[in-house]
Formats: sequence, structure tokens, C-alpha cells
Amino acid sequence: MWVYEKKLQYPVRVNKCDPRMAKFLIEQYGGADGELAAALRYLNQRYTLPDRVIGIVNDIGTEELAHLEMIATMVYKLTKDATAEQMKEAGLGPHYADHDKALYFHNAAGVPFTATYFNAKGDPITDLYEDIAAEEKARATYQWLINMTDDPDLKDGLQFLREREVVHSQRFREAVEILKEERDAKRLF
Amino acid sequence: MYTYRKAYRPFVSPNDPCPPMWVKTYETPPQLYLGFQPYGMPQFPPMEALRWGTLWPALFAPYSNPYKQKRMGGYRWNGQMNGSRYTNS
Ligand SMILES: [Fe+2]
Repeated sequence: MWVYEKKLQYPVRVNKCDPRMAKFLIEQYGGADGELAAALRYLNQRYTLPDRVIGIVNDIGTEELAHLEMIATMVYKLTKDATAEQMKEAGLGPHYADHDKALYFHNAAGVPFTATYFNAKGDPITDLYEDIAAEEKARATYQWLINMTDDPDLKDGLQFLREREVVHSQRFREAVEILKEERDAKRLF
Repeated sequence: MYTYRKAYRPFVSPNDPCPPMWVKTYETPPQLYLGFQPYGMPQFPPMEALRWGTLWPALFAPYSNPYKQKRMGGYRWNGQMNGSRYTNS
């Protein structure tokens, strides 16, 4: 169960009218290394990871949902006042034809979201290594997104999100260290 | 020396529908611990290395079915080159 706070984790401001940027940002909404995939990946792992690291995936999975809201807000702000003609010019014609301004879970190339974007192998080390890789991939995506905009306000939000990926990666690395410890083995045998 | 299998006691509820598994295990193979492999580590004789898939005893960690072990421990290399190289801790 979650308690909802009606605010964003970090303020999202968009300064420049640039609907084309929305097309690129949607990668972090419904792409393979996006926030939806991250949230579902971690929240799903809560059931079968060893008890000592469940809190980490619970907390990070929850935070990814907050990131998802931030990305959604960015995309919404960039497209909400665009005409059909502007959507077309921004390369969002195919999106507009199917969804109008509605957000949709697909990547920057328009490929719909799929559960195959992440895995749940059941081997804790394997799953945590996938989590670390996913965080690094999300960090890289934010870098490429920052490279594609010159809007300082949008960049500020993206910088925050990139920094959180750095922290998440570190926490998952610590989870691996926790699982490597001999502590439980000693106590049990 | 590290164990290549860890065990823990998961949460067990009195309301669980199936008889509980009191102890669960997961694998922590040797590559998690070695870091950059140092020069000059002990080696298997070539014919054994070919059979086991590695030249390095420090990386040799065969898997066994944890559900079929009486004691849920981990395999670890006991530092010997002959005979029983692995102790079931
Ligand atoms: Fe993350």
C-alpha cells in the first residue's frame, strides 16, 4: 500500500516550447530503461529477494514511481499547447494520430512498452546485477537527453533524475555486498 | 575463505497455506569475491582443467541442488589441490 503526496519529488519546470523534446523524453516513460520498467522491476522483486534487501527494492521502486510522474509532467507541459500541425512538425504525428495528447507508454521510436524490458530471474545476485545495469542505463539515457536540450529548467529536472540513478546504483551495489556477507551463514551453522 | 552458497531464514506466517521452508538459499559464486585475479594463483593439472571448465581452483564452484542437501551450506575450496577439494560448510 502507498500513501500519496500530491506533489512532485522535485519541481518540474519547462521554459522552452519544444514539443520535439517530448518525443525524446518519452523514452524514460515507456522505454526499456525508463522509470516504468524500473518501478515494476524493483517492486516485483520484493517478494522473492532475501529479507535483508527487500527494503531497498521497496524504497527504490517507490521512488521510481515518483520519477515517472516527473517525466509525465515534462512531456505533458511540452505538448499540452501544441496544435496538430505543431505535433506533426515535432515528429509526433504518428503519436497524435493514435493518442491525441494522451501520454502513452512507448519509447522514443514509438515501440510500445513490454514486460520483456526487464526480467525476474529469481537468483538474487543476478537480479541485483540487472538492477545495477538498469540504473547505469537510465543514467546514460538522462545524459543523452540533457545533450539534446538547451532549456536550463528542463536540464535542471533531468540532472536531478540522473543524480538519483547514481544513488540507486550505489544502493543496489550495497545490497550485493549485504548478500555477500557471511553473517547469516555463521549464525545458522 | 568465502562460502558460495548463503542461507537465510525467511519470514514465515502462521497463515501460510503450505508447510514452510524454514531455510532458503542463494548462490554467491567466487567471481563476486576475487576482484582482479592476482598473478600466480594455484592451477589445476591441464586434464582436470579441461574437464572442469577452469584452470583455477579459486574459480571452480560446481552447483548442486540445494533442495537435495541434508545441510544447507555452501561449497568452498579448502585450499588443497588433491582429494576432496571442497568442504560443505
Ligand atoms: Fe532509478
